[in-house]
Amino acid sequence: MMKLEAIIQPSRFESVKDALREAGIEGMTVTEVRGHGRQKGHTEVYRGREYTVDLLPKIKLEMVLPDKLVNLVVDTILKTAKTGKIGDGKIFLTRVDEAIRIRNEERGESAL
Amino acid sequence: MKGGGKLPPRIEKIDTGDEIFERGRGSGARIISHAKRGFPLWKVRAVPHRRVPFGNGVKRVIKRVAKCCCLFMVLALTVVPLGAQQSPASAPSSSDAAQPEIPKGLNDKLADLDKRVTAAQSAGDNAWMLVSAALVLMMTGPGLALFYGGLVRRKNTLAIMMQSFAMMGLITVLWALVGYSLCFGGNGPVIGDFGHAFLRGVGADPNPDYAGTIPQMTFMIYQLMFAVITPALITGATAERMKFSGTVLFMTLWFLIVYAPLAHMVWGKGGLLNASLGGKFPTLDFAGGTVVHISSGVSALVCALYMGKRTGFPKQPMPPHSLVLSFIGACLLWVGWFGFNAGSALSAGSLASSAFVATHFGAAGAAVAWSLAEWIKNGKVSALGAISGAVAGLVAITPAAGFVGPMPALVIGFAAGAFCYFMVTRVKAIFGYDDALDAFGVHGAGGTIGALLTGVFAQEVINPIFGAGKPVGGLDHHWGQVGNQLVGIAFAWGFALVGTLVILKITDLVTGFRVTEDQEQEGLDVTQHGEEAYYLDM
Repeated sequence: MMKLEAIIQPSRFESVKDALREAGIEGMTVTEVRGHGRQKGHTEVYRGREYTVDLLPKIKLEMVLPDKLVNLVVDTILKTAKTGKIGDGKIFLTRVDEAIRIRNEERGESAL
Repeated sequence: MKGGGKLPPRIEKIDTGDEIFERGRGSGARIISHAKRGFPLWKVRAVPHRRVPFGNGVKRVIKRVAKCCCLFMVLALTVVPLGAQQSPASAPSSSDAAQPEIPKGLNDKLADLDKRVTAAQSAGDNAWMLVSAALVLMMTGPGLALFYGGLVRRKNTLAIMMQSFAMMGLITVLWALVGYSLCFGGNGPVIGDFGHAFLRGVGADPNPDYAGTIPQMTFMIYQLMFAVITPALITGATAERMKFSGTVLFMTLWFLIVYAPLAHMVWGKGGLLNASLGGKFPTLDFAGGTVVHISSGVSALVCALYMGKRTGFPKQPMPPHSLVLSFIGACLLWVGWFGFNAGSALSAGSLASSAFVATHFGAAGAAVAWSLAEWIKNGKVSALGAISGAVAGLVAITPAAGFVGPMPALVIGFAAGAFCYFMVTRVKAIFGYDDALDAFGVHGAGGTIGALLTGVFAQEVINPIFGAGKPVGGLDHHWGQVGNQLVGIAFAWGFALVGTLVILKITDLVTGFRVTEDQEQEGLDVTQHGEEAYYLDM
């Protein structure tokens, strides 16, 4: 089981979600986050005082997937979330030790 | 990588598959420093050097010149019509032809008609004055509450709104007990008396010294709304670090020691600065440029200097948490100001119309001026700038509203917009004081320049305040009035400065004035009021 964490542009989120659904992937957790890699922020001015806003809004997608689906999901996200510009985001994969469904206490890959 | 620790003199391409480039000004590429993110240098791909007829640099200069020309043209257009004749405000004429012997029946009828005409005039005036009183109260709540509320950080929203709202309760009580009497009772040069304490003698009958066509109750309640908003303005400078208990004590003392004497001197019978009742230094202050704005603005500055900067100021960013709230507040202030200024005519006649128009033009002129200044300086017009400009214009036109014509009102607005922009963005940065919401920059500075320009632009043809045919201000060639204005301004500054310092000391000893650093970090809403402005449902 792998946990996939993807940080993507908010404007690409709807397309990514639709593409994942079409590919038959169910289940994800979505959070609105702020951050940056190398992307430049912008300056705001309030009554003569300048503020540099370099924490930019992003969407974080978290999914725990059975090993055989990981490549499919990664490819789908890469295809739909890419704009070619700085700020497209990143995907991280980590191994997951256990998954448990709360409703019926199922464990393992069948709980996903 | 060439260049060692400094930015490389030549520009190169990164070999990570990521390409970063920025199109620069003019020709070539501009290197942007992002040292704060921990990157030692930026690498930029060179943009080929192209010779273009108008590079970006030249275009920008042309844009700036065009904007300056716009500004100049608008100024010129407003100044030129100053020479135009104003149509005189019509004064109510009373027929006093010598009366021959009239039969008794006819005489009774005439007397009855007289009474009813007076009642009709009173009804018109009273209706307008009651509406004006409501409009001025709306300026405090929710106008000022929202305007200030949106400008502070989220954790302090309720606190700043409460400080305005608290005045609505506190000052009303003080006014009812002794406030009205101290401001408008008696005929002393500096302060009133206790003749109207507990509003004794204030009823349906007009007070002929102040407003002969409306019940004194109306006059009293109208003036109360001014006394409510004035201390609330001060809270703008002390925002985000002032104790509520300190606020209550400070404002009580401030109202009694600073506001009441100033109000009496400018508007009260026998007052030293009263222009309409024969004061020694007649200061033209139609709706409170000195009494309300200079006093609160200067006091605000003193408070800000005394209590010091907010923790983290100026390095830590503290942008407004909701300019939407401020926007709504500013618009409510603009509309409410018609009650503030036009209502100061104390009647529903043509002087009210004149003041109404002047108020609106002052606001608009200043909004345009501040916006133009921002456009020239930053290349963008901000919402915060536009609404701040409008408020500055309203402040400046306050003393002038019932004395100047529409074109001078536009000029006063323009001057105030530009001047207050300068005060807020440059002077504050130079001196480094933390006037958090620019109470001094807008009200103190705007009130001062407005009071001064009132002396310049006041005209007998708009308001024959010194008597029919007697020159009033600079446009009537009575330049001495500017001197009188300076006296009034000096009194306002003086009372505010000295009074506030004394009261600050007392407040500090009794309740304390500033919250602790921990309380400031956690936020005033939670620590002073036990509430959260926005309860996120988690």
